[in-house]
Amino acid sequence: MTDPALDIRDLTIALPAGADRDNAVADITFSVATGEILCVVGESGSGKSMTANALMGLLPPGVGVRSGQAMFGGRDILALPEAEKQKMRGESIAMIFQEPMTALNPLMRIGEQITEVFAAHDLLNPAERRARALELVREVGLPDPDKIIRAYPFQLSGGQRQRAMIAMALALEPKLLIADEPTTALDVTTQAQILKLILDLRAKHGMAVMFITHDFGVVAEIADQVIVMREGQIVERGAAARVLGAPEHPYTRRLLDAIPTGRLPEARTLAEVPALEIKDLRKVYRTGGGLFRPVREVRAVDDVSLTVARGEVLGLVGESGSGKSTLGRAAVRLITPDAGQVLVGGTDIAALSEDELRKERHKVQMVFQDPYASLNPRQRIMGAITDGPIARGIPRARAEAKARELLEIVGLGADAATRYPHEFSGGQRQRIGIARALAMEPELIVADEAVSALDVSIQAQVLDLLRDLRSRLDLSILFITHDLRVAAQLCDRIAVMQKGKLVEIGTVHQIFRSPQQAYTRQLLAAVPGAEWNRDGAVTA
Amino acid sequence: MTLWKRFSSNTGAMIGVIILLLVIAIALLAPVIFPKGPWQMVQRPFLAPFSTDGLPLGTDTLGRNVAAQLAYGARVSLLVGLVSTVVALLIGVPLGAVAGFYGSWVDEGAMRFTEFFQTIPNFALAIVLVAILEPTLTSITLAIAIVSWPPVARLVRAEVMSVRKREFVDAARVAGLTRRRILVAQVLPNTVSPIIVMASLMVATAILLESSLSFLGLGDPNAMSWGYMIGAARTVIRQHWWLSFLPGIAIVITVLALNLIGEGLNDALNPHLSRKARA
Repeated sequence: MTDPALDIRDLTIALPAGADRDNAVADITFSVATGEILCVVGESGSGKSMTANALMGLLPPGVGVRSGQAMFGGRDILALPEAEKQKMRGESIAMIFQEPMTALNPLMRIGEQITEVFAAHDLLNPAERRARALELVREVGLPDPDKIIRAYPFQLSGGQRQRAMIAMALALEPKLLIADEPTTALDVTTQAQILKLILDLRAKHGMAVMFITHDFGVVAEIADQVIVMREGQIVERGAAARVLGAPEHPYTRRLLDAIPTGRLPEARTLAEVPALEIKDLRKVYRTGGGLFRPVREVRAVDDVSLTVARGEVLGLVGESGSGKSTLGRAAVRLITPDAGQVLVGGTDIAALSEDELRKERHKVQMVFQDPYASLNPRQRIMGAITDGPIARGIPRARAEAKARELLEIVGLGADAATRYPHEFSGGQRQRIGIARALAMEPELIVADEAVSALDVSIQAQVLDLLRDLRSRLDLSILFITHDLRVAAQLCDRIAVMQKGKLVEIGTVHQIFRSPQQAYTRQLLAAVPGAEWNRDGAVTA
Repeated sequence: MTLWKRFSSNTGAMIGVIILLLVIAIALLAPVIFPKGPWQMVQRPFLAPFSTDGLPLGTDTLGRNVAAQLAYGARVSLLVGLVSTVVALLIGVPLGAVAGFYGSWVDEGAMRFTEFFQTIPNFALAIVLVAILEPTLTSITLAIAIVSWPPVARLVRAEVMSVRKREFVDAARVAGLTRRRILVAQVLPNTVSPIIVMASLMVATAILLESSLSFLGLGDPNAMSWGYMIGAARTVIRQHWWLSFLPGIAIVITVLALNLIGEGLNDALNPHLSRKARA
């Protein structure tokens, strides 16, 4: 496997003037051999996606290749005229994207989208195209192929859509498959299946794969070769085992250190006093329903009971659609549950009227998932933090003094108060979100996927902050996440949810070392890089 | 890049601003340049432009100074355009905001009310309103405002509906802010960009509406306006075409300037929607 399918030499991609640096990538050189999986790893802004887009000729306006070559099949694909590039796309180089919902045409059936690939390249007659589409759908492991090719994208799940995308990419048997974070938007169990599918297809078709990811767990699962990128430069390259096992560059080491390893924290003794008690909580979503159609009911949360002790961090883990976010939002009463109680300090939050609720709001606060959406872009940080306390009746001067103090505590410095959200990075915004929650002096903080949108190294910093706050302020946190590795780092106990039901609850050690339920074991097994870890801690 | 930088890099928008500033300057300085006012007869009628000293644009059917008429007409057009737009915003923004934010029956009620106005053709309703009320500047302005607020309400409603789903609104609710406070302090400030753009285009439409009303003779008889000038000169259009042509040009240029400014504001406020490449 030494014959390079793709050979990139001294590639430099220029960014428009006024960007944070001159070149998206500068003088990078690498090659992918036939039948090899090359993982390109880096944090956001490292230029890894730009490299892929340059190869496909899909660079955004204002961004262009300044110099360098990309030899593929004996030709420099960067220098090809547009018509040639178009022929090459799909036929010899195919690409799959992160978000399969937006990458598929919502108004076209899956089968038509696959046959269109053949039509675009003037291959086969319509009957043969349909037969090939059916074959491809079967090959990528979509259930019930005859039905699937007549389905629209919205009728498929995220994992199925990604399989359909892969089927399209494989249609013309490309020699190189570029995968840009194809599993980032998927659940762990689905992610594990897709990774396996890519490995199988590689073995069967012998194509080269350039796999872009930010997740070292994924790298450990599938990579033969690894390239680590940072700010447009390749900082480290080598065989996967070597890079993961003995990283040379300090940046790679830092990235690897930042990965939630699943090193289990020391068990702590917890207070007996509950900060939050949820009793028989139920929330049912009803959709559709008309004169002739029955109402569809989804039991998002189905009779769930759990408690969070004072000073405890309870991890709530589950895949998308498991009801974990609904539970979290019910705990802060952004959603009113259909039945059950949410007791915070003895008050049933779920039963209060709008006015009574407003006075009790401060007891439970929330840190939101998306650091870019959770701060009002037109409001200064000071306003964002003090709005709540002032509405509660705390004098402005005191609220502002407290806000400055909190900004210091979360590591931003008091002068952050006068600035606007767009001046901060994602990780910094999440710190502001935490300060905002703390300003209300809550008894409980609900953190809904609070670190999921962040790069690993930033994620590690925010987790450190939360851990520090937990011990300093004796915080109780309901920590909602889809990532078991993250949960293992911070939580005292973990509750696993599936389809609205609480499947298992126990201390971190119990869940990781001796999971009782099949579903929990399945989740643990699906964690990417489960077998690989540097301390040998996770492996159950 | 700051808003002003993006705006000023747009050539069309800057031309619009320069024209509009010129028109505003002429309107403001009209009493200084033409102290006799637009109504006084100064020469014999139908003098062609550039034929007589002191009367650069000639005289009209009654021997009045066309240049003075244009300058005073600018005052009326701009005033009616601005004031009617402000009034339309005062009706449309609160209605749309409340409808979009509270939803359910409030939304239903507000939208049916809006549709009631949208089912009647704009211009017909404006004519009826002016005909019922007396044709004064106030009533014309009011009539224009009444026919032009429904699109504002619909725009604001749609914007509010999308903003209220953002996470910072949830955050404000968790912080215990009242619903009204969230609407006014958190949601509305995030809807101003499209409102500003729409308002700039509405001024242009209002100027056109006012001109049309004046052309039909429904203008304020005490106010000189471009539409009135065209209407009065319409009978002699074959012999003395410039009497209709000059105020027509004034309307076209002013409306065009406002449209250019509107487009420029749109591109500057929503850089990611700009039709130009982000280079």
